[in-house]
Amino acid sequence: MSGKEPAIRASFAGSLGGFTLDVAFEAPMHGITALFGASGCGKSTTLRCIAGLQRLPGQLFVNEEMWQDDDRGIFLMPHKRAVGVVFQEASLFPHLTVGKNLMYGAKRSGVPAVIPPDDVIDLLGLAKLMDRDPIALSGGERQRVAIGRALLSQPRLLLMDEPLSSLDQMAKDEILPYLEALHEQLSIPLLYVSHDITEVARLADRMVMLSSGMKIAEGPVQDLLERLDLQPETGRFEAGVLLTAQVTGHDEKFSVTHLDHHGQAISMPARDVAIGSEVRLRIRARDVSLATKRPEAISVRNVLSGTIVEVAEDPQSAHAETLIDIGGGRLRARITRQSVAELELAPGKPVFALVKSIAFDRGTLSVATGHSTNT
Amino acid sequence: MEISELWPVVRLTLELAIVTTILLLVIGTPIAWWLARSRWRWREAVAAVVALPLVLPPTVLGFYLLIALGPDGPGGWIAGLFGGRTLAFTFQGLVIGSVFYSIPFVVQPLRNAFESFGDRPLEVAATLRASPWDAFWSVAVPLARPGYVTGAVLGFAHTVGEFGLVLMIGGSIPGETRVLSIAIFEMVETLRWAEAHLLAGGMLVFSFLVVSTMMIVEKRMGRASQ
Repeated sequence: MSGKEPAIRASFAGSLGGFTLDVAFEAPMHGITALFGASGCGKSTTLRCIAGLQRLPGQLFVNEEMWQDDDRGIFLMPHKRAVGVVFQEASLFPHLTVGKNLMYGAKRSGVPAVIPPDDVIDLLGLAKLMDRDPIALSGGERQRVAIGRALLSQPRLLLMDEPLSSLDQMAKDEILPYLEALHEQLSIPLLYVSHDITEVARLADRMVMLSSGMKIAEGPVQDLLERLDLQPETGRFEAGVLLTAQVTGHDEKFSVTHLDHHGQAISMPARDVAIGSEVRLRIRARDVSLATKRPEAISVRNVLSGTIVEVAEDPQSAHAETLIDIGGGRLRARITRQSVAELELAPGKPVFALVKSIAFDRGTLSVATGHSTNT
Repeated sequence: MEISELWPVVRLTLELAIVTTILLLVIGTPIAWWLARSRWRWREAVAAVVALPLVLPPTVLGFYLLIALGPDGPGGWIAGLFGGRTLAFTFQGLVIGSVFYSIPFVVQPLRNAFESFGDRPLEVAATLRASPWDAFWSVAVPLARPGYVTGAVLGFAHTVGEFGLVLMIGGSIPGETRVLSIAIFEMVETLRWAEAHLLAGGMLVFSFLVVSTMMIVEKRMGRASQ
């Protein structure tokens, strides 16, 4: 990121009840930036410092506006910061109806509504809930109201602290499409705290990885997911990469959607996305196998040709992680060390990647969102 | 004494209890708020001072108050501003004494109520641009409503029922300090059983109504705020 571009610039260093935090990062004024790490890594504390709910020595600029600078003794109180926060629990005010909860911040924002209330209510599907009491809502509904309430306070920056982690799977699946819709329609940046790499891969454009109170990596999600050295943090089971591809057609007979990724054909279970639109695919390392010759008579539909870029063997286990360049993007494959030896896999060697299942992460109706695909 | 003579006693008692309750809520709120939110090391010592009237014999509290309200104490000085000589044996003095006597019955439920919802609602309010003052009125007070109901009922009932303290600082001046519990005592002393029965029975019914109202209200609010 260039120094001139409007951005969120945060740096905090200090101790809080025996926990030491020392992070500095930047995030652009658009799109979703994830703060990712295991629990206790300091990501929530960082978020609270940005909201002004906690104070650690440091600096915070949001779009050239100074929110905190301890060198100059500046610390803006939380209610003076144009920030919207969605907490893990929806934390709706129990004494107010949904409608009044939504308008609580809107009434106090003191600025003309850049984010129109009706749009937010539509986008989050809240119209039917307006007169209800928070107690009468499901977990997913409550979190939607909390998101709407934060948005209606007309923030310049939206913060979410594990907004899905207190929800069951059904409620999560209910909320995720709303978050994706937000990502496409929202003009303000979102900092999203999560310990779930699947969530991050699905939603975020950039990520800041934290471990034990320190930043260990920062960059586009796609790039960080391709880095084999971050494996301990991104997790073994869910490790994988993101690819962008274009929808080229639908096969109704077999319920298949055809995609094109830099000249290589990919097919996946049918999804209702317009032909020509750009989509984001998540391919997990455990779903990719490698072959040195193009296999024939095989049930796997996706065979992508590429070249091995990196092989990382884990001497403690039977596995090896490999990174394959397939022209446009990169794939990760988890195979056994024995295969590496027998197939003589090494950087530079041409291979065929066999992909079993592909998860569909996000579709954009226009051509790529731009900021999510820089490599 | 006729029935009509009982009314001034009842009215004075109600006036005292209402004025005292209002003052208790006004004074008790900042104390309870501070006790609930402060991280000061000696906070519990302050809490103990506020709770002292719970364990102090009313006559002891009354004795000190009598000195404080009298011509040589701060009460006498205040009375001087209004052309009086002392606050002892006056309605105003009785109100001041009653506030001291019942303060723990209001502060404790309020403090519990303020502590029960934690920091989160206030943090949420702050991120929604509410200043601390605004958040206090729009979030903390409404959320503490069960505490206000309990505090008000306890403060009111406790003031109606006080005896020893009134005897010490108020005496029994008709229309000024002669409240219900004093009147009952005097009636029994002078063997006017019928009137004592009437007042005591009224108190019994009143107390029952207070307690049951409180329980019903609390149950309903507890359900509503879950």
